[in-house]
Order: sequence, then C-alpha cells, then structure tokens
Amino acid sequence: MKLLTLLLLLTLVSSAAHAKVIHKERSIYRNIVISEQDDVRCMAFENRRNSATNQACIDLQLPERLVFEYTRSIVAGLAFKPAPKNILIIGLGGGSLPTMLSRVLPDTDITSVEIDPAVLKMAKRYFNYQDSARVKSVIKDGRIFIKRALKNNQRFDWIILDAFNADYIPEHLLTKEFLEESKALLTPNGLLAANTFSASKLYDYESVTYQSVFKNLTILPSPTKGNRVIFACNCDALPETIIDQALYYKLLPYGVDLKGLVSRFTNEIDWDTKVSPLTDQYSPANLLK
Amino acid sequence: MKKFTVLSLAFVAGFSIMCFELLGGRLLAPYFGSSVYVWGSIITIFMLALAMGYLAGGKFSLYQPSLKRYALIFMSAAISMIPTIIFAQDIMDMVFSLIEDPRYGSLLASLCLFLVPTAIMGMIAPYSVRLLTESATSSGQTAGFLYFVSTLGSAIGTIMTSFYFVLWFKLDQILWLTFAMMFGAGCIALSVALTNVFSDRAPTKEVNV
Repeated sequence: MKLLTLLLLLTLVSSAAHAKVIHKERSIYRNIVISEQDDVRCMAFENRRNSATNQACIDLQLPERLVFEYTRSIVAGLAFKPAPKNILIIGLGGGSLPTMLSRVLPDTDITSVEIDPAVLKMAKRYFNYQDSARVKSVIKDGRIFIKRALKNNQRFDWIILDAFNADYIPEHLLTKEFLEESKALLTPNGLLAANTFSASKLYDYESVTYQSVFKNLTILPSPTKGNRVIFACNCDALPETIIDQALYYKLLPYGVDLKGLVSRFTNEIDWDTKVSPLTDQYSPANLLK
Repeated sequence: MKKFTVLSLAFVAGFSIMCFELLGGRLLAPYFGSSVYVWGSIITIFMLALAMGYLAGGKFSLYQPSLKRYALIFMSAAISMIPTIIFAQDIMDMVFSLIEDPRYGSLLASLCLFLVPTAIMGMIAPYSVRLLTESATSSGQTAGFLYFVSTLGSAIGTIMTSFYFVLWFKLDQILWLTFAMMFGAGCIALSVALTNVFSDRAPTKEVNV
C-alpha cells in the first residue's frame, strides 16, 4: 500500500514537472503559476517543493467542462435548490463555478468573493472568467464580506464556501462563529455548500463544527480524493432532492451527472462527535491537520 | 536577590509581550481577516507603543527608582489589559461599523486594544536597566544582558503561544494567563521589595550618561 502511494506520488510529481509553465504572476499572498499540459490549463500557487496542488483547471478543448470533481459535486446542490435567485461564492479560483452557473442559471445573480486580486486577474486572463451584469466579483476576505453583507441586510439563496486548499486553511473561515454568520446570511431555507478536506485529523473537528451550527448535514464524499462537499441549510432539514429532467440534460455537457451525484449523497455520521467544535476562541485548524 | 528578581521579571515581561502580540492576530482575524496588513497594523501599534513606553520608562526611572515602583509598572500593565480582554468584541464591532477599509480598521482596532498595555510593558526595559546598573562603565554590559534575557523571553513566548498555547487553550484563557503572569510578576517584585527593605533603593550615585 505504501509502495503504491509512493508510486502514485512519483507519477504526480513527474507529471507536474512535465507541465509547461506559461505564466507566473506576483501576488501579495502567494505567487501564482499558470501551466499547461495535454490541453488542460491550470492555476497553482508557487511552491518550491514541486508539489503544488492546482487551484483551478480548464480544459482548452472543452472549456465548459468542469475539470475538478469537487466543483461538479458542488453543482449537485441544484438538486436541493434548482432556481436560486442569488448565489455567493467565497473563493474564486479560476472562476469556473460562477461561469458555469451563470450559463445554467442566466437569471441568477452571482457574487464571487476572492481575497487575492492576482487570482481574479488570472481568472480573467487565462480561464475565460468575465464579470457581467449578473456576475460580480469582489476583492475581500470572505469573513469580512459576510460580516459586512449582514450589516447591510443582504441575503443569499445559496452560499458556496470554497476558500480552502490542502496546504493552508484560513482559520477564521473554519469556526462556529463564521458558520453562524454564513447561516444568518442565508434566506429562509437557503442552501450552504462547502468544499472541505476529509483526509486528516481535522475531519472530526470540521464535521462537528458544521454540525454544531447546521444540525443536519448531507455529505457528498469524493470517491478518489480527500475532498468532500458538505450541504446544509438554513432550515430544520434539507428538502428532498428534485431532479428536473431539463436541468439534468442541461448539466451533462459540463460533466455534471446530477442523478449520479445525488445517488452518492449520504447522511451518515462517520466522525467522532465528542470533539469540540472550532470557535474564534479555539481554532488551531492548521495545527490539527 | 534583587538582580535575580529584576532579570526574571524582565524575562516574564518579554514573554508576555509576544504572547499578547500573537494573540492580537487571533483577536482581529474574525473582523479584519488575517492578511499581511492585519499583521502590519498589529506590529506598527506594538512598535509605536514600545517606543513610547521606552521613553516613559526612562523618564520614570529618574524619580526614586525602586522595586516597588517597578512592581507598580507590572501591575498597571496587567490591569490595563483587562478592558482589552473583556471589551475586545464590542470595540471591534464599533470599529468595523465605522471603517470599511480593513487596513485602517485593523489599525484603529489595534490602537484601541493594544496601545496602552503595550506602552506600559515598554516601560519595563529601561526601568530594569536603571535598577541593575551599578556603574557607568558596566552599564552597556548590564543593558546588553538585560535585553538578552527579555528578548529570550520574547522568543520563548512567541514559540509557546504559536505552537502550543493555541492548541491547548482558548484565546481568552491565554489572554488571562498573560494577565496573570504580569500581575503575578508585579506581586513578586512587591514582596521582594517589602522583605528586602534595606536593599530596595537603587544605587543612588549619579551616573553621567
């Protein structure tokens, strides 16, 4: 098993080495590298260990296809909320999610919040992301945006949290208080979808933290990677999933098989519920990894 | 005895300052994020406060320097931390509604939360030098050793807080711990001063600087 992991790791590293770097962008946070390989263009944060994880990818032959499995998993939220009036996305990346959602839901207002202006610049230049009348992007820390939006009495039908990567977790975005603020920003019966990591000690803490705010969680685990998407709502329990045939076919070209994804939804609690939730007072998320 | 007391207390002060500074980042993150400018605000205010503290501590050491007054500085620093610990949320709420830009927001919040306690802590170093200095010729060495001890305290305070305390305790618990260390240090200085009445006075020979 160890050998297998090692082999896998080696192939990953060597494939990363074969990718052709087409651009490097300076950032006040972490410098960004755009690379291309086999007609797939990716954005990663610069990393000396040559083990950078891609933040965003686009298939140059089929630009609308969602390359990442977890992005497709997030879209499965449409089974709970087929027609959201507005969507808030924390963490832009290459913008594939807002781009795709705006095509499927042309009447929905989509706001993406991204902390790093350089990421937004790269998304526009290399990943076909565009602001429009209905699609907006804001450069701000996600927590600050949500706090400010609450003060301004804004509400969202669907909030997508996608600000984490495997290397570093913004700790103030993984606390009970932050999730309470996010929940308060949802309309009644509003939906929350969060891309999170399941392959670490943090798994228990993270799960309990979400549970402490939202009570009932529906989880879409990834069959191959360490990600999972958590679905929860500003209501007692998530509604029954509805799969509209028209929507189902509309999503297929993006690589999203709504029926297949929904069939993998689970309510199973497979974490240690005895750990304490992470709070603003206690949030050593990166030390618990 | 007095020398040992002053040096150990300077170590505690160095430890507490960095403990306090690191927790500042934790305190501000929910309102202003954890970007580089938030740390910029915190460090700016700490440096400013320490600069003022050094000046004030130096002046204060001109008037009948004693361990009792030294104890007073520690206790005042500790007490001035209480409003920060108790009202941090309310203060940050106010600043958050007042200022949109998180750079100036975090700067003003840092000013309100950290300036006074840190300035008082800054008085400790020059005052310690005054209590320890025996002659003009050795004053440089005395100051050097004092800074060695207190900065070592800062280094250990930094690593303990960022590696372990945040994992073991809640934020408020660590803040109260810092309060307790400073207040306890003040009590120790006071009790040494009271049991050692005769050697309480610092050397009174005028030193030309």
